[in-house]
Amino acid sequence: MHKNEYNTIVVGVAFSPNLKANVFEALRMSILFDASLVMVHVGEKSTTKETALQKIIADFPQSLPKYTVLWKAGQPAEVLLNACADEHADLLILGALQREGLLKYYIGSVARKLTRKCTCDVLLLIKPAVERLPCSFAVVNGLAHEKTEAAIARAFYVLHALGATRLTIVEEISEDAVAVKVDDDRGLRKSTIVKERITLREGSRVKKILSQVPEKLKRAVAHDVQPIFGRRGYSIGHFARVKRADLLVLNAPQKHSVWDRLFPHDLEYILSDLPTDVLIVR
Amino acid sequence: MVKSSVFAGLHRNIFAGFVVSLIALPLALGLAVASGFPMVAGIVTAVVGGVLVSVFGGSHVTITGPGYGLVVVLLSAVAVLGEGDMQAGYLYALSAVVFSGGLLLIFGFLRFGALSDFFPASAIQGMLSAIGVTLLVKQFYVMLGDMKTKGTVLELLAGIPDLIKSLSFASPGQLYAVSIGVISLLIMFFYSKITNRVFRLIPAPMWVILLALGFDVYFAVLGGENPINNKLLISLPNDMLTSVPSPDFSKWKEPVFWGIVLSVTLVSSIESLLSIKAVDKLDPEKRRSNINKDMRALGIATIVSGFLGGMNVGTVISRSSVNVNNQATNRSSNFFHALFLLSFVIVFQDQLGKIPFTALAAILVYTGYKLTAPAIFVRMYQIGKEQLFIFLTTLVATLITDLISGILIGLLATFVVHVVLNKAFWLFSRNLLKPNVLMYKESETQSYYVGVIHFCTFLNFYKLKSKLDKVPQSEKVVIDFSLCSFVDHTVQESLHSYEELFLRKGGVVEIIGLDVHQTDSSHPFAVRTLRPMQNLRVFGGGKTRRQQQLEALAEQKGWSYKASPKFQKHLLRDHLGYETTAIERVYNRLSNTSKGISLFDVKYSEGVFIAKESIQTTLLCVRLKNPAPVFSFDREMLLEKLSHLAGFHDIDFPEYPAFSDDFYVRGNNPEKVHLFFTPELISFFSAYGFYHIMCNGKELVVRQFLRPATPAEATAMIEFGLSLKKKIDE
Repeated sequence: MHKNEYNTIVVGVAFSPNLKANVFEALRMSILFDASLVMVHVGEKSTTKETALQKIIADFPQSLPKYTVLWKAGQPAEVLLNACADEHADLLILGALQREGLLKYYIGSVARKLTRKCTCDVLLLIKPAVERLPCSFAVVNGLAHEKTEAAIARAFYVLHALGATRLTIVEEISEDAVAVKVDDDRGLRKSTIVKERITLREGSRVKKILSQVPEKLKRAVAHDVQPIFGRRGYSIGHFARVKRADLLVLNAPQKHSVWDRLFPHDLEYILSDLPTDVLIVR
Repeated sequence: MVKSSVFAGLHRNIFAGFVVSLIALPLALGLAVASGFPMVAGIVTAVVGGVLVSVFGGSHVTITGPGYGLVVVLLSAVAVLGEGDMQAGYLYALSAVVFSGGLLLIFGFLRFGALSDFFPASAIQGMLSAIGVTLLVKQFYVMLGDMKTKGTVLELLAGIPDLIKSLSFASPGQLYAVSIGVISLLIMFFYSKITNRVFRLIPAPMWVILLALGFDVYFAVLGGENPINNKLLISLPNDMLTSVPSPDFSKWKEPVFWGIVLSVTLVSSIESLLSIKAVDKLDPEKRRSNINKDMRALGIATIVSGFLGGMNVGTVISRSSVNVNNQATNRSSNFFHALFLLSFVIVFQDQLGKIPFTALAAILVYTGYKLTAPAIFVRMYQIGKEQLFIFLTTLVATLITDLISGILIGLLATFVVHVVLNKAFWLFSRNLLKPNVLMYKESETQSYYVGVIHFCTFLNFYKLKSKLDKVPQSEKVVIDFSLCSFVDHTVQESLHSYEELFLRKGGVVEIIGLDVHQTDSSHPFAVRTLRPMQNLRVFGGGKTRRQQQLEALAEQKGWSYKASPKFQKHLLRDHLGYETTAIERVYNRLSNTSKGISLFDVKYSEGVFIAKESIQTTLLCVRLKNPAPVFSFDREMLLEKLSHLAGFHDIDFPEYPAFSDDFYVRGNNPEKVHLFFTPELISFFSAYGFYHIMCNGKELVVRQFLRPATPAEATAMIEFGLSLKKKIDE
């Protein structure tokens, strides 16, 4: 199996107003990736629910991909995690809430839990739609991290499959890396020079990663690099929002604890206020 | 900077220092007396400040010395700590000054230079006006010869009619002094109206001193005694250079003492920071002050000053501006101002003893008036009723309670006003601690883009500020507030000074995305912005700077401008790529009907419900004379949401390989498009490839970014549209 391919996709379905949109998005994804789809419903199986789901699937305008429906009771996060493991899933699709409000939508908090524990890639859809909204522009992180290479390669693969044409690689550089305090004109000059140096260094690092990406993919997806000096994990989300990206591809976080919830960093900023659809690469 | 530059233009700095010392002398004497300190204290403060800050400081053309804000706090410090005994109170207050210097030093090391940004602008204004009122009222009594004023400011204010009545029983000695005081006040008020150049060689406060001395000389020539009551004449001790008072530290355990230390430090640092910022805008060499270094220098100077019997050393705006006006180039002028001051006091010791208190009080009455002039109230009202409310709340609270409580109440009032205006506490509570600023250098335009989300007020302005401080001021910065729900007056005012700073150094700050805020406010949960800046409400009908600039642009071109034109729902209906958009609003429309070109901002949304995506951008519409093929033109990087357009082909121009590589031209009729793209048009498009163009056969729609264009970009777009139309119509 090529490591970049999605063969099995798991989608969590819940009877929410978004059900139809979620199911349609998942079906479309599995067609685009040529993967089999496993729909996991958390909760007791009932005939009304089953017929409702069947009716929705029957409405799908394209020819259906290979799919199965699992009905499992239990804690949503646990059930989905187990399903991913059992099915050897490569991708988990979840509908999430754009911003976690006071009325925490149940799938929203589940999504948060899953993104931390899941062993496969996770795609969070903030705006699942019944009609297809084309994905044309994505942003991927390019920070100095061991997993970045995989994330960038995956981004190219996914974008190509989705028919997207543009990708911006955002290098987030922590302000601490500059290490020059700007107090007056001299400090400013110094920091500007240091920033330029860092930008060049980071640029060549990303270039090296890009050289590993197959030519075919690079030709299909126009790409550029944007260095940003700012808070890691935050800047890229804001950037994706400003640029109206359709998809944001990120590395999976290293570790997570209660501490991270209290003092959010990296992924937490994006999870608490999703700027767009997010794909988290393991 | 090269060391020798200290000596470059030395003569100019010596001259500037001299002129400043002429003003500093009366002010130093007056401020010291008004603070309940002995007269020498003011001189000590200015001399120590001038010498030490010019050596250790981080600013360039500022002048240091006793500040007016201190008068109020130090006077109450002397009264409270001394419990009635002025001399003891003075020694206790000195120890507070020393501690306050230590605090300032620590602030400097902790890089608290941004401290003054954490206070709402209107609240600071309210605090300064409260200081002004206090100064005005208390010194008014002194000016009328009543040296023993007691009571709160409000009581004193109420007692003024009685005070004036009591003048009829006054002794001739007092009346002479009072008349000098009144004449001095008139000099202060009308000085700026007099244009005589000889008269203006000497600054107003020095005229006051000269008047007082001339009065004395007049009687001396007549051979008589100075008729002014001796109690009303200032007296300098003969041994003032040898007898140094020592601070009394015995009260350091009392909480009251620390309250005083804190308020002295707060007032002194806020006054200094505001002055440094203001002076940076005046510096002819456009240097940026190292605020934290300056704070450390002020701290050191204050400690020394306290030990020598002086007051807090602060940066003072009026003396600094005189310094700049007299062509000072570096810190050495501050040093010379101190030297001149010292020599004046030594040489003219006897003459200084002939000055009545009333003359000095007149100078301070005028200063107080300046801080609380009716113009300030009017300006506050113009900015907004809510700003006037904050201002008045702080003013009254400071007068009734004390400075610290006053400014805290002002802070609270500002926050409450913000919550009420937005009807949303959550906007602030949820987002306060989150980062909200993104800055990056746009690789296409090489300008800096700064995006702000959530809200931007005095509470979190430091985040935006720290980003802006890292941009070289000769560059172009675009600040985008279109995703920001609320921007307050403090931020707008600070941004305005950034605009000025950048402009001076050849850069530009452009603010976009604020134009729609006001109308959104009809929605209960939606956004509002306090319209800020000077007189917009009164004269400009609530236009933002960008709108004013667009209006000016239209005028210059002879086009028509409408801030909110009649709604045209059909506007983009039959345009490719815009068919599925729901236009919410068209605004800032510049048009030239005879040429068939218009430029407008548009807010539209794509998708519905949670998929809804709101976009604000600026479009240029060009109506064509002759029918054209349907096509889209785009550089690769700008391409989006087009791939699904049915029946569209990529069109190649084999004869122009470079053009074909760089740009995407798509259309449903390749032959016609090939005919349409003449060689001239191709070279024209190659040069302006950063635009994204759609043609529906009759009209072209041109767009640059998915954000509103800055006025400069709008100008470029119009130029582009005009030449494009000319090219195509021919």
